[in-house]
Amino acid sequence: MPALLSIDYLLIAVCTWLAIGLAGLLAPRNMHFISKVLFPLGALVGLGVGITALCFLGDRAETAVLVIGLPTLPFHLRLDNLTAVFALLLGFASVGISVYAAGYFRSGEGTAPGALCLEYHIFLASMLMVLLADDAYAFMVAWESMALSSFLLVTTDHRHEAIRRAGYLYLLIAHIGAISILLAFGVMTSGSGDYTFAGMRTQELSPFWASVAYLLALVGFGAKAGLVPVHVWLPEAHPAAPSPVSAMMSGVMLKTAIYGLLRVSFDLVGTPLWWWGVVAMAVGLVTALFGVLYSTVQSDMKRLLAYSSIENIGLLAVGIGLALVFHSYKMEALAALAMTAVLYHCLAHAGFKSLLFLCTGSVLHATNERSLGKLGGLIHRMPWVAWLALLGVIASAGLPPLSGFVSEWLLLQAFLFSPGLPHSWLNMVVPVAAAVVALVAAMAGFAMVKFYGIIFLGQMREPNLTHAHDAGPWERAGLVWLAALTLLLGVLPSTVIGLIDAATQQMLGTGLADKVREHGWAMLAPISPDRASYQPLVFLATILAALWVGRWLVHRFYHGRVRRSDPWDCGYFFQGPRGQDTADGFSQPIRRIFEPMFRMERHFPTIRDEKPYYSVKVEDHFWYWLYLPAARLVERISGLVIRVQGGRIAVYLLYSFLTLILLLLVARP
Amino acid sequence: MSTIPLSAQLINLCASVILLLAFAMLAQRRVMQLINLFALQGLVLCLSTLVVAVTTKQHHLYWSAGLTLLLKALLLPWILHRLVRKLYVKWDIESLVNVPTTMLVGVVLVMIAFNVAQPISLLSQTISRGTLGIALAVVMLAFLMMITRTKAIPQVVGFLAMENGLFLAATSATYGMPMVVELGIALDVLVGVIILGVFFFQIRDQFDSLDIRNMERLKDN
Repeated sequence: MPALLSIDYLLIAVCTWLAIGLAGLLAPRNMHFISKVLFPLGALVGLGVGITALCFLGDRAETAVLVIGLPTLPFHLRLDNLTAVFALLLGFASVGISVYAAGYFRSGEGTAPGALCLEYHIFLASMLMVLLADDAYAFMVAWESMALSSFLLVTTDHRHEAIRRAGYLYLLIAHIGAISILLAFGVMTSGSGDYTFAGMRTQELSPFWASVAYLLALVGFGAKAGLVPVHVWLPEAHPAAPSPVSAMMSGVMLKTAIYGLLRVSFDLVGTPLWWWGVVAMAVGLVTALFGVLYSTVQSDMKRLLAYSSIENIGLLAVGIGLALVFHSYKMEALAALAMTAVLYHCLAHAGFKSLLFLCTGSVLHATNERSLGKLGGLIHRMPWVAWLALLGVIASAGLPPLSGFVSEWLLLQAFLFSPGLPHSWLNMVVPVAAAVVALVAAMAGFAMVKFYGIIFLGQMREPNLTHAHDAGPWERAGLVWLAALTLLLGVLPSTVIGLIDAATQQMLGTGLADKVREHGWAMLAPISPDRASYQPLVFLATILAALWVGRWLVHRFYHGRVRRSDPWDCGYFFQGPRGQDTADGFSQPIRRIFEPMFRMERHFPTIRDEKPYYSVKVEDHFWYWLYLPAARLVERISGLVIRVQGGRIAVYLLYSFLTLILLLLVARP
Repeated sequence: MSTIPLSAQLINLCASVILLLAFAMLAQRRVMQLINLFALQGLVLCLSTLVVAVTTKQHHLYWSAGLTLLLKALLLPWILHRLVRKLYVKWDIESLVNVPTTMLVGVVLVMIAFNVAQPISLLSQTISRGTLGIALAVVMLAFLMMITRTKAIPQVVGFLAMENGLFLAATSATYGMPMVVELGIALDVLVGVIILGVFFFQIRDQFDSLDIRNMERLKDN
C-alpha cells in the first residue's frame, strides 16, 4: 500500500467531517451525544487538518483527481503552500471553535441540534474543499456549499423575523459574489473551455481581459469578505448567528475569500498591472476606515465586532494591494514583506476575532444581553472570559506583544519602503494611505477599549447581571486554545514567518525567511536590524515586570489592601451604576468628529417629556445611496414585467399558442 | 384519382369531417350543441381509426377505436351533459372575439398547419399520412377555441377536442401510439374532466358564475 500523501489526509478529514455531520442525524434531538461526542470529534479532525498542513508547509505541491460530480468533469484538487497556510488557519481555529461549541449549544434554540451539527460540519468540510479545489467547477461547488451551509447556520434562530432578514441579505450578496466569481473564472479560461486552474495558468490573457477577470474576482471575493460597498450583510449576519458560527464566519470564512483573491491575483491571472494594486488599496482603505468608524459607534457587542472584522478585511485588502503594486514593479522583496503581513494578519485575525466572538457568546449566555448599555462589571462574575477576552482585545487593538501588532507592524514597514516605487504619483499617494492605516489602527484601539471597558469593567449596570456565571469547562477550553494561539503568534513571529514563508515564495518567488532567520527566533527584523526590529519577548517581559512592580509597589507602600468605598459623587445625592459612561456616551466624540460619515437619527429629551430619554441610531449611508435605489429599480422593472401576468386565462393560453405557432414555423424542416 | 385506394379516400373523408366539426365547434354558441358536436367528432374519429385498423390489420387499433367510442363519443359527453344540467349553464356562450373573425383566424391556422405538416407527411410511410395536416389544424383550432371562450365548460371541451386532434395525428403518422400510452392518456383525460367538474362547482360557489374572467382577481399584485 503506497504511503498516504498530505492531500489524502486532508480528503479523509473532509469525509470525516461529513460523516460526523451525518451522524448528527442519527439522534437529532440528543443534545448530549451531539455536543459531547460529535463536536469534540470534529475538533479532533480540525487538529489533524492543522497538523497535516503544518507538516506539509514547504513541500512540493500534491494533486489529486476525485471522480465525483459530472461524468466528464471530475474534481481536480491540489495542495500547495498557499492552500496549506489557509488550511492551517482553518484547522487550528476550528479546534477552538468546535470545542467551545461543544459547551455552547443548548437544546431548544431554533434548529434541532442534529441539523445544526450537520450544517456546521458541512460548513467546515466545504471550506476545506474551497482551499483544495483546483478547477473552477470544484471550487464553485465547494464555495456554494459553504455559502448555503453558513446561511442555514446564520438562520439557526429562524423564528425571529430580523434573523430571517439577515439571512436573506447574506444569501443575496453571497450569490451576487458567486456570479461574479464564476464570470471571473469564465474570463480566465479565455474561451478554451478548460476550467482547471492548471489550464488557466497557461492562458495568456490580454491586459484588458486580465483586468476584467481581476476586477470581477475582486467584486466576487469582496462580497464574501465584506469589502465596501458589499459589506452590508456582515453586521446583520454576525449578530444573528450563534456565537460559534459568528466566530467561524468571521475568523475563517472571510479568510477563504482572501485566499480566493490571492489565488486569482497572484497565481491564475498572470502578471499583474500596477493599478490593480491601487484599486485594491483604495477599496481596502475605504473599507478599513469605514469599518473602524462604525465599529466605534455600535452599541451591540456583536455588531461592534462585525464592523471590526470589516476593518480587518480592509487592512488585508490594503496589504494585498501593496503587494500587487510591488510585485508589478518586480520589487519582490518588498512584495514579500507586504504579503507576509497579509498572511500573518489572516492568521492573527482568525485567532483573536474568533476568541472575541466566542467571548461575546459566553456573555450572551450568561446575561441574555447583547446591548453594551446593559452590561458592565462582568470581570467580577466571569473572570475566565474577561481575562481571555483581554488577550483578544489587546491583539485586536494591535498592541504588542500579541498577534495583531506583528501583522500591522509588518504592513506599516512595507508602507515605509514605498518611496522606492518608480512612479511619482504613487509616491505621493501611498504615504497618505499609510497615514490612514495608522489612523485605523488607533481607532481600532478605541473600539476595543470601548468593547472591553463597557462589558467587563466598571460596575454592573443592571441588577440581574449579578446572576451571571462564568463559562463552562468546554467553553473555557476553546477560549484558552484560541488565546494561546494569539499569544504564540505574538511572541514567536520569526518562527511563524519561517513557516508561512513557503506560501510567499510560491506566489512571489522570494520570501522573508532567510533574512528573518539570520537574527534568531527572538528578534524580528524583516529588512535589516538597523532599520527596524521587534523583540516580542522583551516587550512581554517588560510589560509583565512593570505590572508586577506596580502591583507590588501599591501593596507595599500605599494602603496594602483593597478597599471598596463610594466614589466621589460630585454633589449629586444619588449615584448608581447607571451613572457610568455608556456605550453611546463613550463614542460620542467620534460621532461628533466624523459626523458626515454617519447617518444618525437622534432623539433628545426635552424639558416637557414625561419620560425623558436619549436615543441615537446610527445607520449605514450605503443603504440609502446604493441598496435602496437598487431595490427600487428592481421593483420598477418587475412592475413592468408583471403586466405580462395579467391574470386572464385567455391571455395565458394565447402566450402558449403563439409560442407553439412560432416554434412550428421556426423549426420547419 | 383512381390511384388512391378506397380506404385512403375514406380516411381522408373522415379527417375532413373532423376538421369541419372543429370549425363547427368554433362557431357554435350553445353549450349543449357544442357537447353534441364534440361527441360527433369522437364518433368520426373512432370510424377513421376503424378504417385504418381494417386496412392495415393492426389489431391494437381496434382497441383504440373501441376506447375512443366509449370514452369520447359516449362517456365524456354524458358527463358534460350532466354537468351542464346540474350547473344550469345552458345559456349562450359569450366569446371574446366575434365568430366571423374567429373563423377567419381559424382558416389562417389551417393554412399554417398544412404548411408545417407537409414536409413531415412526406417522410411518413403510412396510408393515412395525408391527414397529419388536418390533425395539426384540429389541435390548433381547439386551442383557438380555448382562447376565445370565456366560460369554463367550452374551455374544457376545447381541451378535449385538442386531445382528439392529437389522437388523429398519432394514428395518421404512426398507426397509433403504444397501447399503454393510449390507455394512460385516456385515463388522464377522464380524470381531468372529473377534476374539472369538481372545480366548476367550486368556481360557481365562489363567483356565482362560471365566467373565468372572474378569476383575474386571483393574481397577486
